[in-house]
Amino acid sequence: MTTTTQQLDVELNEEGFFVHPEEWTEEMVPELARREGIDEITDAHWTVIRYMRAAFAANGTGPTVRALGKSSGVTIMELYHLFPKGPAKIAAKIAGIPKPRGCI
Amino acid sequence: MKRIVILGGGTGGTLVANRLRKMLSSAEAEIVVVDQDDQHVYQPGLLFVPFGLSDVDHIVRPRARQLHAGIHFHESAIDRVEVGANEVYLSDGACLSYDILVIATGAILAPEETEGLLGPGWMDKVFTFYGPEPAAALEKALGAFEGGHIVVNVVDMPIKCPVAPLEFCFLADWYFTERGIRDKVQLTYVTPLDGAFTKPIASKHLASMLADKNIELVTEFNTGEVDGAGGNLIAYDGREVAFDLAVVIPLHSGAGYVARSPGLGDELNFVPADEHTLQAKASPNIFVIGDAANVPASKAGSVTHYEGETVVDNIRRFLDDEPLEPGFDGHANCFIESGFHKALLIDFNYETEPLPGHYPSAVGLPLLKESRLNHLGKLMFQWFYWHSLLPGRDIPGIGSDMPSAGKVKEAQPERSAS
Repeated sequence: MTTTTQQLDVELNEEGFFVHPEEWTEEMVPELARREGIDEITDAHWTVIRYMRAAFAANGTGPTVRALGKSSGVTIMELYHLFPKGPAKIAAKIAGIPKPRGCI
Repeated sequence: MKRIVILGGGTGGTLVANRLRKMLSSAEAEIVVVDQDDQHVYQPGLLFVPFGLSDVDHIVRPRARQLHAGIHFHESAIDRVEVGANEVYLSDGACLSYDILVIATGAILAPEETEGLLGPGWMDKVFTFYGPEPAAALEKALGAFEGGHIVVNVVDMPIKCPVAPLEFCFLADWYFTERGIRDKVQLTYVTPLDGAFTKPIASKHLASMLADKNIELVTEFNTGEVDGAGGNLIAYDGREVAFDLAVVIPLHSGAGYVARSPGLGDELNFVPADEHTLQAKASPNIFVIGDAANVPASKAGSVTHYEGETVVDNIRRFLDDEPLEPGFDGHANCFIESGFHKALLIDFNYETEPLPGHYPSAVGLPLLKESRLNHLGKLMFQWFYWHSLLPGRDIPGIGSDMPSAGKVKEAQPERSAS
């Protein structure tokens, strides 16, 4: 399934995650965030998004909320303020990486 | 002579030790199993304890007695592993050097990581069944429960046996029906997942079973705080679920020594390993089995059992300087107790989600479907665990790879059109 909007031409799966994480660029972030109901990207958002990209590059999967809280420098409470609908999933979508595989 | 040190004398450590002892003569290798105690718990039995269907004495046996002759059992807690030096330091002061190390120390509960969980109300209104003592305490509490709201809450994944909390709900429905007070008991399953289970087809099936049994399902609930005194679960997003009695499955971590072992584990103290060879990322002479591993497979005894063959085969290859075999396919299967003398069976691996059909071939146990045969299978499994799985015997007709012969493959998750 290919979802094309006015600003992005990337392949997303049925849940809205990137099929090809290498298609992601930082320029896409404001539009991806807007779709998740986040209108203003703060430095704290960027910290999390860059951490998600780095974790995915290192481990092949994005971190869970708990792992984010332990290692990203942002507490779990703050993560929920930044990404109210679920930090790991929403940040993964905005960071253009697949759904975190932690939950099996 | 080589020395193989196995950390953990549970399911994985025991079956690997026994299989290695059969394969390697005592002139070829010394095998040492280390554990902090001598109590081997048949963990699947914990689910039945709160309902009086099993008791703790029935599911605990000495660890050392499950090990074949010629395996040395060393009872001590573990202080740390020095990966570069090939040494394990034990809390009793001993230092074991190794040629090969097997990590089989499982997962531990981390209730202290959830605010309020161990506070007022713990073991009074807030319980868990993940452990012999809490499961026994919960049995008393359920026996005294005369009506009200029971919530079953998974704080976050990963947990051991991800279907067990659902089974608890099904058994609670049966238990209160038998006691004649089901109409006075409200049951709610509160999960951080976006459905009843992780895999789409099974999730849909299990969600409809919850609905049929009048068990409410609350999804995407990330528990931030448990207010035991006030009887409230509070999510990070502010949602609340009130309860009279809560059965909470706490956060899980890897064993504590992993954090004291530089380079060995991840931020949750699980040990990253290649998902097919089960060789640790930390070092080529370290292998990981069971719940201790950070691999994308379920934390379950069946997974550990199937991993055993790969770990043992790859240890032999490593000793013989042969390339490792990427033998493990993520195979898991689980009986899911549904109450009223019935159970379901699910069977899946890294690539294939649980499908309907039969296991292991067209003639066999029904998959993703309630049946009395599956319930008998679950009950019989305890005998099989002590007498066949731990001793490392092969079971005729049941291999480690996931069988597909009896499965209905055209059943695929429904994709949303667009």
